Amino acid sequence: MGLVVIRSVCRGRRLLRVAGVGAVALGVLTVSACSSSSGAADSAGSSASGAGAGKVSGDVTVFAAASLKESFTELGKKFEQKYPGTEVTFSFGGSDSLAASINGGAPADVFAAASPRTMKLVTDQGGAAGTPVTFVRNRLEIATLPGNPDELASLKDLTRSDLKVVLCDRTVPCGAAAQKALDAGGVKVTPVSYEQDVKSALNKVALKEADAALVYRTDVKAAGDKVEGVDFPESAQAVNDYPITVLKNAGNTGAARAFIDLVRSAEGQKVLTEAGFLQP
Amino acid sequence: MTALRKSGAATGPRTGPWFRHGRTEREGDGGRRRTGVPGALLVPALVGLAFLLLPLLALLLRAPWSSMPELLTSTEVWQALRLSLICASAATAVSLVVGVPLAWLLARAEFPGRRLVRALVTLPLVLPPVVGGVALLMAFGRNGVIGQWLDAWFGITLPFTTTGVVLAEAFVAMPFLVISVEGTLRAADPRYEEAAQTLGASRFTAFRRVTLPLIAPGVAAGAVLAWARALGEFGATITFAGNFPGRTQTMPLAVYLALQNDPEAAVALSLVLLAVSVAVLAALRDRWMTAS
Repeated sequence: MGLVVIRSVCRGRRLLRVAGVGAVALGVLTVSACSSSSGAADSAGSSASGAGAGKVSGDVTVFAAASLKESFTELGKKFEQKYPGTEVTFSFGGSDSLAASINGGAPADVFAAASPRTMKLVTDQGGAAGTPVTFVRNRLEIATLPGNPDELASLKDLTRSDLKVVLCDRTVPCGAAAQKALDAGGVKVTPVSYEQDVKSALNKVALKEADAALVYRTDVKAAGDKVEGVDFPESAQAVNDYPITVLKNAGNTGAARAFIDLVRSAEGQKVLTEAGFLQP
Repeated sequence: MTALRKSGAATGPRTGPWFRHGRTEREGDGGRRRTGVPGALLVPALVGLAFLLLPLLALLLRAPWSSMPELLTSTEVWQALRLSLICASAATAVSLVVGVPLAWLLARAEFPGRRLVRALVTLPLVLPPVVGGVALLMAFGRNGVIGQWLDAWFGITLPFTTTGVVLAEAFVAMPFLVISVEGTLRAADPRYEEAAQTLGASRFTAFRRVTLPLIAPGVAAGAVLAWARALGEFGATITFAGNFPGRTQTMPLAVYLALQNDPEAAVALSLVLLAVSVAVLAALRDRWMTAS
């Protein structure tokens, strides 16, 4: 029964609302179902989108979390190629401030947030059309200096007194996740600073002012060779879900849905996993 | 010339009290004429006033008055407020010690490239403070141009320390002081200094005994501007000194972070900062008035 619905999401591409019924729970199944039978789903998907291509046109405005910048920019280009005549405009920023802008009436068609909490800010105000679905997940890594000179191997190593560690402030998503991971490991870290967002925390390490920071895998990846990532098992306890939704005040609902379909397609997921995201 | 007029305008209202003695007659004279304020000036003036005050009024109207007592008794708020006041005052002191001589150099000394230097001094005014913070890291950071030697020779690291906060605030606030003092110096008659020198005073004595008392109003006005700017500093501080309660978390940082998940608390915190700064500025003004 559930599978029938899922298949139709993979193929139909218009049935997002159906998938939205059990958003998070189904979301996990949905994409794994799509990607596991990637060959069949892909061909089915492209034929379906081919049929709907005529209707997708015009401009679509996407508000997305800052951590999605690289991958969404790429997906935006793919979208414009796929649907000639469309134009995707992005606004990247902290999920909190994006949510505030949307609630304040900013003209946006799609909202992709870095945490369910920030998405809730919008859904609580009735700003979403349908129920948001999780399209990727992100987990933490220890970012340290290239070559790992301090030989960090676990969360516990961050408690060493000779280390300068920065964390995100608890009020921002990456800080909340860091706190969760530290609690899970029973580790108490006294940082030199609680940074205001994940990029600031990362930059402190990239500039060699701090020896280590707890940031997302995607940020470590985006920083290239300026930092080195160290995985730790407790990060599994603090995985961040990224929800996406069409907005109620969307001026171009058709294109908005098509964009979300692309993000959730095998093609979209490939771009996102390459950036370090985990599939939902 | 423009710079002179501009800074004159900026310092004018604040320097008022010192010149009050000399102006009493004219002011009394103007008092009668003030009834006929031309509408072409009055209307835009009132629009300007409303534009500046309305957002503050909105802040007051929307403030969560019921949760105020709880906030005001939290140690974190007091910690942040205390740190803000200490750091802003220290940054003003630093600005005075090096900023006044710098202003003198720009106004009185002749050297090639003076215009360029003056333009460079005002750069922190246009630089986004966050960029200023990154620049400070590159200069004074653990791995910075100067910072690496400070670390290697003296074991001093500035980022993530209270000293770092003072440095960041001074970097952003000092140009206000320099511009204000330089403007006053240009408006001051250099012949007084020259007279002092012909009477045997060295150039430094002339500066200390003649110039400095002469430009005191401009220095005070500049110091107030710098203090106010330092008190509200956010970008350079959080970038260079980070954010740790009690050590580097000043009020603007606390306000910003509260804004992320509790906007009401942020409004309350801003009001505390506003109230304190208004109180301090008003108190200072009163003291100057009576002093003059």
